[in-house]
Amino acid sequence: MSAHHSEHDHGHGHGDHGAHDSESHGTFKGYVTGFILSVILTAIPFWLVMGHVFSNHTTTALVIAGFAAVQIVVHMVYFLHMNGRMEGGWSLLALIFTGILLVIVLSGSIWVMYHLNNNMMHMPVKMEGMS
Amino acid sequence: MAEMTHSHTGTVSADPSARFYQKHHHPENGTLLGFWLYLMSDCLIFACLFITYAVLGHNYAAGPSGADAFDLPTVALNTSLLLFSSITYGFAMLEMQRKQLSRVLVWLAITGLLGAGFISLELTEFAHLIHEGAGPQRSGFLTAFFSLVGTHGLHVTFGIVWLVTLMFQLKKHGLTPENVRRLTCLSMFWHFLDVVWIGVFTFVYLMGVL
Repeated sequence: MSAHHSEHDHGHGHGDHGAHDSESHGTFKGYVTGFILSVILTAIPFWLVMGHVFSNHTTTALVIAGFAAVQIVVHMVYFLHMNGRMEGGWSLLALIFTGILLVIVLSGSIWVMYHLNNNMMHMPVKMEGMS
Repeated sequence: MAEMTHSHTGTVSADPSARFYQKHHHPENGTLLGFWLYLMSDCLIFACLFITYAVLGHNYAAGPSGADAFDLPTVALNTSLLLFSSITYGFAMLEMQRKQLSRVLVWLAITGLLGAGFISLELTEFAHLIHEGAGPQRSGFLTAFFSLVGTHGLHVTFGIVWLVTLMFQLKKHGLTPENVRRLTCLSMFWHFLDVVWIGVFTFVYLMGVL
């Protein structure tokens, strides 16, 4: 922890206070890096879909979902300045908790509704067989 | 905390008042954490709308599908507008650190204009869909689409209202600690909306036309 901090201070040539400020509000280099990364991570999915690069739709869907996940992390780090030290770690903890809730609710709903849809679709077939 | 101990080990670690002072160094942090918690709850609202879309996204009711309804070049333009507005807001924050009020206002104005461009493009898209009979009442897919994208658009609209209000406050009171805190909160809000938009353009638009 402290080793990382002293490195940060030297790298930016700030005093202690300056380093704290640049961490909470970002630096020019940080914003530009984040922006360039986001442009690349946005352009590739659009190109993949609009250029019909993969013939298999599932592959395309999985790849662009991966790009979205990476881009969300890039935005969190470079634009929202998320790190373990912010607000004594409480921001990150809230983020992780929200992430867990999100995964449970999202995967749970999709799972349940998928099976519900499947069972609904079987109904008319069953009825036909009975009559 | 690690930073505090590190920077004071050499000189004033024996002085208890220095440690006490450090604890109250950034009193605005309470607001920032609270605002972050609000954003996380907002994130859950969007999560519910994303789930609704995931569940209803293929219920076309013999109406238009994503491939019929969406125009990807428009979406690409919209995405780039929002992405540019994110970095211009970042530049406003950097000028705020340098205490350059007039430059902060210029970058905020550019950010607001980019946001307004995003909203007007989105409204044009909505108007076009409704005009073609593909309004929110047409199918489950379109209901979910309009609620998700519409909620995001409403957030951006309120972000612009907040931004304009903040510009007037900055003009009147300058870069006071209160205004710096408000600028930081709006920064989080604005960048958060950009994060949500990543989900929207990936899962709604790009996967919709596949």
